[in-house]
Amino acid sequence: MSRPILILGAASDMARAVARSFAAEGHPIQLAARNVSRLAEDASDLRTRFGVEVTVHEFDALATDSHKAFVEALPTLPAVAVCAVGTMGTQSESEADPLAAAQVMRANFEGPASILAHLANAMEARGAGTLVGISSVAGDRGRASNYVYGSAKAGFTAFLSGLRNRLANKGVHVVTVLPGFVNTAMLDGIDTPAPLTAEPEEVGAAIVKAVKRNTNVIYTRPIWRLVMAVIRNIPEPVFKKTSI
Amino acid sequence: MKMLSGWGRFPKVECRVVRARTQEDVRQAVLEAPLIARGNGRAYGDAALNPGLTLDMTGMDRMRSFENGVLVAEAGVLLGDIIQAFLPRGWFPMVTPGTKLVSLGGAIAADVHGKNHHIDGSFRTCVDWIDLMGPDGTVTRTKQGDALFDWTLGGMGLTGVILRAQIRLRRVETSWIVQESVALTSLTDTIAAFEGAMDAPYSVAWINCSAGKTHGHSILLKGRHALPQDLPMDRTEFDLGRPGKTPVPFGLPFLFKGAALRTINSIYWRLQRRKAGRAVVDWDSYFYPLDGLANWNKLYGRHGFVQFQCALPKDTAEAGLAEIMEAIAASGQGSVLSVLKRLGSQSGPFSFPMEGYTLAMDFPTNKRSLALMERLDTITMAHKGRFYLAKDARMPKAVAQADPRAADFAAMRKQAGMAERFTSVQSRRLGL
Ligand SMILES: Cc1cc2nc3c(=O)[nH]c(=O)nc-3n(C[C@H](O)[C@H](O)[C@H](O)COP(=O)(O)OP(=O)(O)OC[C@H]3O[C@@H](n4cnc5c(N)ncnc54)[C@H](O)[C@@H]3O)c2cc1C
Repeated sequence: MSRPILILGAASDMARAVARSFAAEGHPIQLAARNVSRLAEDASDLRTRFGVEVTVHEFDALATDSHKAFVEALPTLPAVAVCAVGTMGTQSESEADPLAAAQVMRANFEGPASILAHLANAMEARGAGTLVGISSVAGDRGRASNYVYGSAKAGFTAFLSGLRNRLANKGVHVVTVLPGFVNTAMLDGIDTPAPLTAEPEEVGAAIVKAVKRNTNVIYTRPIWRLVMAVIRNIPEPVFKKTSI
Repeated sequence: MKMLSGWGRFPKVECRVVRARTQEDVRQAVLEAPLIARGNGRAYGDAALNPGLTLDMTGMDRMRSFENGVLVAEAGVLLGDIIQAFLPRGWFPMVTPGTKLVSLGGAIAADVHGKNHHIDGSFRTCVDWIDLMGPDGTVTRTKQGDALFDWTLGGMGLTGVILRAQIRLRRVETSWIVQESVALTSLTDTIAAFEGAMDAPYSVAWINCSAGKTHGHSILLKGRHALPQDLPMDRTEFDLGRPGKTPVPFGLPFLFKGAALRTINSIYWRLQRRKAGRAVVDWDSYFYPLDGLANWNKLYGRHGFVQFQCALPKDTAEAGLAEIMEAIAASGQGSVLSVLKRLGSQSGPFSFPMEGYTLAMDFPTNKRSLALMERLDTITMAHKGRFYLAKDARMPKAVAQADPRAADFAAMRKQAGMAERFTSVQSRRLGL
């Protein structure tokens, strides 16, 4: 296997694990994030561990007007592009300051949707490729504790679903990843129930598998599919009084 | 805050945990509060616990470069990752403990030993240099020959935070081990067999310490890396395999005492005797038989377990071991896996191994075994032995301080400003 895998938002714990999972299968890796200098050590890690070729690329998810040029400047159009861009923000800040909320929405929806749109068009023209969007179970229902982040993820999830629908006959597959709790920097200092908390490596392995099998939507861990089905189906009059 | 413990699940301590991903994260933590670094939590007791701040190093797990067997990697890289990456290319760790799930930082901090200590010495043999962050947040690259290097190997994280290191791996021609096992019926025979096996690259024995007819029975396992011509036709030279892990669903603490324990031990010996002889086994089951059983530490039930590991000098070893084994048999407590190992000459000034023998065994945490272990402390000290900090969870301070190196280490730490910066539940308990 020699076609490259592009990882967008490559500096996060989740992205590092995804990159390793693909590199372990022998794929060359393209790492993209803001301040590429931060990626140097991760790039050497992938080269040293797996003996694969790694390139690093400056990428700013919020600078949507640069996205077209970013895709054109890639040395090779990747076989698979994984978008791990996103930030939780702070709900209280997002509530107090709608401008801060807008930043969270842009980082979790607008930016990721924009870059995947450009990649989708390029892959569609080629007639092959896989796009992986890492969204969140938070997008399955808005909750008081993080609905700003959740609403952006809901938008991104819908975008991925529509994109998959559009490209279904064009040789391009779209995978939606809905992680629940993942033991990453985002959760540092937050205690989450162990059976519901995945390690980043699990998410990485699940994504590689989903890409191989053309799975449409994956929950990691799978128990989240059930948890979210329950949460989605709580009637609104009841739901609004809960604090889940 | 998070409830943390070592591998023995005793003691459990509420700790504030910060995860480092970069050198800058480490610096901030070091300047913020007194702390201890933590690797993969495979030390049995309280060496990697500090309530105020425990710095989780598993996020610093990048490999930096590899050339001709020389690896530069961050401290959080696991030995298992190193094997996964380089065994297919013909390289294996020079020294490895009985689990591959230890971090590079943890292997250095405990200066771990393996089944080849009698030939290759402890982990320090393969360490060229260490980047260590000191109490003021500056980084020193310390090498073989420096005093700081000597104190860091075996220093249990108390000299600073290990950021990265350069180590050398061993060339191997296959991923297989030629194993030869012998069943023996007494401690005396076992020691004689070890002495006769000094040229075997690897050696280790399982010995029955519990009472009964098979007390002192042992299985001695010798091993060497297989050459291509040792392999049966159907085996490829490098086969990493990825065996699944069998989880342990619940605790079975009653297995670890009295009649049940005696029965298990004697059945184990009979089974192994039947299999004795030469076999070509895969690297994972030879070096890491316990890793296949995820969370086997839960077997001992919710109170956890405590390991006792001592080393005895060669000339007092047989007498000392006999006394220790008798004390265990008399107590009815004991261990399914009592592991006996011939150690070679001491390679690091502050490390655990010394020329002689080391015996390691697990006990369920309870009053009787804690009392027994105090007996074992006394016997060990009477035979001029010493104790392994990586396994310790309960030693009294006086016992640790009976090793004259402890006071020197503490004085050095104080003078270098390390004592107020790097501290663990263990270091305070033992006055290190
Ligand atoms: C099944 C099993 C078998 C074992 N067999 C052996 C054996 O055969 N031989 C042997 O020698 N040991 C053996 N051990 C013990 C084990 O090798 C050591 O305890 C080792 O230190 C564990 O490494 P860790 O990464 O889990 O470290 P931890 O348990 O997290 O920490 C251990 C010590 O290392 C320090 N440390 C960890 N990382 C750093 C860092 N980055 N900088 C500074 N200090 C650090 C900690 O402060 C602590 O003092 C065994 C353990 C188990 C569970």
